[in-house]
Amino acid sequence: MGRILLQSPGPHLGSPEQTRQIMWLVVLSLLPASLAGVYFFGFGALVVLATSVAAAVVTEYLWIKYVRGKEVRADGSAVVTGLLLGLTLPPGISPLYAFIGAVVAIILGKQVYGGLGSNPFNPALVGRTFLLISFPVVMTTWQAPWDATTTATPLSLLATGGPLPSWGQLFWGNVGGSLGETSVLALALGGLYLIYKGYIDWRIPTGVLGSAALFSLALGIPVTTTLFSGGLVLGAFFMATDYVTSPVTPAGRWLFAIGIGLITMVIRQFGGYPEGVSFAILLMNAAVPLLEKLTWPKAMGAVQ
Amino acid sequence: MLQGLFLILVSSALVNNFVLSRFLGICPFLGVSQKVETAVSMGWATTLVMTVSAVVTWTLERYFLLPLGLEFLRYVVYILVIASMVQTVETVLAKTSPALHRSLGIFLPLITTNCAVLGLALLVSLKGYNIVEAAVFAVGAGLGFTLALSLLAGIRERLEWADIPAAFKGAPIVLITAGLLSMAFLGFTGLVAQ
Repeated sequence: MGRILLQSPGPHLGSPEQTRQIMWLVVLSLLPASLAGVYFFGFGALVVLATSVAAAVVTEYLWIKYVRGKEVRADGSAVVTGLLLGLTLPPGISPLYAFIGAVVAIILGKQVYGGLGSNPFNPALVGRTFLLISFPVVMTTWQAPWDATTTATPLSLLATGGPLPSWGQLFWGNVGGSLGETSVLALALGGLYLIYKGYIDWRIPTGVLGSAALFSLALGIPVTTTLFSGGLVLGAFFMATDYVTSPVTPAGRWLFAIGIGLITMVIRQFGGYPEGVSFAILLMNAAVPLLEKLTWPKAMGAVQ
Repeated sequence: MLQGLFLILVSSALVNNFVLSRFLGICPFLGVSQKVETAVSMGWATTLVMTVSAVVTWTLERYFLLPLGLEFLRYVVYILVIASMVQTVETVLAKTSPALHRSLGIFLPLITTNCAVLGLALLVSLKGYNIVEAAVFAVGAGLGFTLALSLLAGIRERLEWADIPAAFKGAPIVLITAGLLSMAFLGFTGLVAQ
C-alpha cells in the first residue's frame, strides 16, 4: 500500500517551448527583414523600428503594472507587436507616429481586451490601420532606397500605369514601400524558418499567397508583381499566422487565408486604397469566431 | 443593368454598410449581438422588413405621395408601413417559432424604430432608384446589417471568457470592438464610386 495514485488535471505532457521562446524566435525570424529595411532605407528606419518596439514594451509594462496592478511577465509579445508595427510603417516617417501607433496597438489592440490571448484583432495591424486613417498623407509618403527622395510604391505604379520595377528588384527589396515589406527574400527566409520549426501553420501563407496568385492570373496581372509587391508576404507569414487572431481548425485556416488573399486583391484592384493586406487581415480576424463555429469538428459519436 | 445592380448591392452591403459606415441601427447592433444565433435571426428579420418596406414605400411614394403633392407626409406614411410590417413579422414569429420570438424579445418590435429601416426608405427616395434598384439596395443593406451583427456577436461570445479590465467590461469593450470593426470596413472605401 506504499503507492500513491497521483491525480492532476491535464495537460500531462509538458513542453519546454514557452510563449516567451516562441516570441523570441519570431523576433529572430523578423531580423532579416528588419536588417534589409535598415540596409535599404538607412538610419531613419532603425530609429522608427527602435521607437516602435520601445513604445510598445513600455506601454505594456506600465499598463500591466499600474492600470491592472498585476505582476509583469515578460512574454516578449510586446516586442513582436512593436517590431511588426515598425516594419509596416513608411521608412521616412517621424518616430512620433511610430510612438502613437505602438501605444494604440498595445492599449486598444490588446490590453483593453485583457491582454495576450483575448484580443480579436492583430494588435500591430490595429496600430497601423489607426495611423493610416488618421494620418493618410504621412502614411503614404514613401522614400526611395538609399535616397531621401520620395518615390511611388510598385502597387501605386501598377494603379497609375507607371513603369514597374523588375521582379529581381522586388525580390531583393530595393523598391519603395513600407520599411520591412520590400525584401521578399528576407521575409521568406524568416517565414520559411518559422514553418520549418513548426511555429506557424503552412496552410495560412499558402492559402493567402495561392488565392492572391490565382486571382491575379484570372485578371491577367503578372503573378510576381502581385506576390512580391506590397505587404502581402509580410502579412501572409507574420500577421495572418498570429496564434490569437487566426482560427484553430485546419479547415477554418484555409477559409481564413483564402479570404485574406481575395479581399486583398479586391481592394488592390477595385478599391480606393492601393494596398489592402492590413484591412483584409483585420476583416478576416473579425470573422475568426464565425469560421471556427462553421468548421468545428463533430465529436466522435455525436448525434445531430 | 446587372452590373449596376451588383454595384448597388456591394455598395449597400459593404462600402456603405448601414451599421459600420452610416452608423444607422446601432441600437440592435449593440442590443442583440450577444449570441450569434440570435444575431443572425435578427439580421434575417430586419432584412425581410427592410426589403418589403422599401418596395411598399417606393410604390406609395411614386403613385400616392408624389402625384398628390403629399411629400410632407413621407415620414408618417413610411413609419406606418414599417410598423405594420414589423407587427406582421412578430405575429408570424410568435406563432411559428416561440423560442426565437422570446430570445429577440423587445428588439423585435423595436425594428419599427430601427433608424436603419426608415433611413433605407428615405435613402431610396433620395437616390431616385427604380423599384428593382430599391429592392436590391434593401437586400444589400439587410445583408450588410446581418454581417455586421454576426461578426460582432462572434467576437462578443469570445469576450465572455476574456479577463477584461473592470473599467472596460460591458458596453465600453463592445463599443471599442464596434469601432475597430468599422475601421476595418474602411478598407472597402472607394470600391464603388458613389
